Amino acid sequence: MTVTVEVSPRQLSGWGRTMPTTSLVSRPVDAASVALAFRSQPGGVIARGLGRSYGDAAQCSGGLTIDTSGIADIGVLDEASGTIAVGGGVSLHDLMRRIIPLGWFVAVTPGTRHVSVGGAIAADVHGKNHHRDGSFARHVAEMTLVTPTGIVTVSPDADRELFWATAGGMGLTGVVISATLRLIPIETSWMLVDSQRFTHLDDLMSTMEATDGQYRYSVAWLDCIGHRDGTHRSVLTRGDHAPSGAIPDRLRGRSREIPGEPRMRVPRTAPRRLVNRMSVRALNEAWFRASPHSVGSLHPLAGFFHPLDGVGDWNLLYGPAGFVQYQFAVPPERGDVVGEAVGAIASSGVPSFLAVLKRFGPGTPGPLSFSQEGWTLALDFPLGPPGLPALLDGLDEAVSHAGGRVYLAKDARLRPDLLPVMYPGLPDMAAVRRRVDPEGLLGSDLSRRLGMSG
Amino acid sequence: MNDAFGHPQSVVVLGGTSEIAQQVVALLAADRCRSVVLGGRDHVKLEHAAAELRHSVARVKTVTFDAAASEDTEKTIMRCCDAAGEAVDLVIVAVGELGLQEADETDPERVARMVTVNFTWPAAALSVVAAHLRRQGHGGIVVLSSVAAYRVRRSNYIYGSAKAGLDGFALGLGEALRGTGVTVHVVRPGFVRTKMTAGRPAAPFAVGPEQVASDIVRGLQTGRAVIWSPGVLKWVFTILRLLPQALWRRVPG
Repeated sequence: MTVTVEVSPRQLSGWGRTMPTTSLVSRPVDAASVALAFRSQPGGVIARGLGRSYGDAAQCSGGLTIDTSGIADIGVLDEASGTIAVGGGVSLHDLMRRIIPLGWFVAVTPGTRHVSVGGAIAADVHGKNHHRDGSFARHVAEMTLVTPTGIVTVSPDADRELFWATAGGMGLTGVVISATLRLIPIETSWMLVDSQRFTHLDDLMSTMEATDGQYRYSVAWLDCIGHRDGTHRSVLTRGDHAPSGAIPDRLRGRSREIPGEPRMRVPRTAPRRLVNRMSVRALNEAWFRASPHSVGSLHPLAGFFHPLDGVGDWNLLYGPAGFVQYQFAVPPERGDVVGEAVGAIASSGVPSFLAVLKRFGPGTPGPLSFSQEGWTLALDFPLGPPGLPALLDGLDEAVSHAGGRVYLAKDARLRPDLLPVMYPGLPDMAAVRRRVDPEGLLGSDLSRRLGMSG
Repeated sequence: MNDAFGHPQSVVVLGGTSEIAQQVVALLAADRCRSVVLGGRDHVKLEHAAAELRHSVARVKTVTFDAAASEDTEKTIMRCCDAAGEAVDLVIVAVGELGLQEADETDPERVARMVTVNFTWPAAALSVVAAHLRRQGHGGIVVLSSVAAYRVRRSNYIYGSAKAGLDGFALGLGEALRGTGVTVHVVRPGFVRTKMTAGRPAAPFAVGPEQVASDIVRGLQTGRAVIWSPGVLKWVFTILRLLPQALWRRVPG
């Protein structure tokens, strides 16, 4: 039987909507048609899930982009082992809708449900429970990859090098067509949440260090604009899955409610740019005021983990020029870099909405896997302020000096010479790639920009 | 590749001795740029500029061609793009000549040459560049036009009309390339103090080439289709364009 794959040219960009490039796009539905795509593609090949990486990781200018949304089978949940086999193109949204009613949840969820399993592995995503449970790949029992040299199933025990090079490997080792995920049992789809406000960054960080261990999930939101007296307001939100006993009678019927579709959507014709210094200040103010101290309040799971999923296409709020995300991690003893970054942003006058601070537990052996023990700060900036490129270059310096790194799934502008400093395991990654992709077929705009190809 | 701020890693300059283009390259070299190709007529001047650049850019090549000669434009452009050694992220089209209006206007050979170097050749080059960047899937094209193109006037109508042709061509090309990953940025500087304008009386809002260069780099960052330099000229010329001819004739500069 002849397998054919339809391809058509399409302009693609990441969630930040910067750097659009055009490639052929194919949408294979099985491993055989993915394998076929690797034949004679001099322009390079990269997989693309739901396009939620912010920069240029899931596009391949002048080459072929493999849209994995057709590889979306969800297998049968194995209740005994708490595992489920899913296609690489399955979204966490669809997976959650399947497993929550059965009393299970994914072990790690990022800030959006709209990522594919393959993308979650390729970026080795983390969630609010990283300090306890580590990153996404820690909970992958095994996965099947289509590489240019064949179809292989790998796990931390079988071809460990390829498994870990794929975890966080930004798709550069092959296309994940299926994965077996270890799930966690939950009694309800509700969260018991404690919320605290702080006016000093030091207080926030020492509270997180001292008591994060008491919660499965923990994250802090910072107001980066800052105040004249040098203080930075923040809200610390921590919680756990609510046991069924914690659900009041009025919510009994909704105890295993599944996350829904977005309630509203930003129109394609959104005005030039709604995110600016004034609106960010107003939103930060409103958020802070709306977050009083509270203990044990009950929140639906979707609102706790994925607040932005309630608004479809929220990236359009940044206007046609788009935005960049910047997330870095530094070792535990270098929490000072967080303060330095927040100070630099406040004094630069560049608005940053939704600065998110979190503590990371130990990282993984993945040479390109982002998470490392310590602190991580995520920031986003609308494109436009003239000082922004230099501000971020300065942060790169501080982060790499501190033994830290930036998150490639969000990157759109890192200085290429700092990549090997931030990711010292890069030669191991290159060795695995030479083995599974000797002709260097796999590549993305990100890998070319950062000099990772060939 | 370009980064999110429109900083290219690989640049090809057509008209490599242009002071504005050289200043743009100098700014980009301080950022992510690692490969530059300078194409142009004067080999000695190109090599001199290349030697300067080699302090900060890993790979610098020069390609010699003459926009006024009947060479195969496609071959010329592909020689330049191939010299980059990687995908070309930005092409700067800076070929052009100001001429000497009063002497030129009575010399049909000179008129033809002015139109060739300022419009015919750049337009042909742009069509080759656009096709190449489309194959690559991405790339920016900066086209040096002029405020003189926005409303042509007595004192430099040969140059102005040729630039007006190029300006319109580039704007149309930019529209044609929407959604392809390739972008066109038309630059309309006012009076720029360069060797090209040396000895001429400066017009109001005169700027140096470094100012124009920084406006261009900023325009790439914000994705502007038209970049005025200085920016105020956008408003000045919006009004000047509406003036009745009898008044326009009397505007100094």
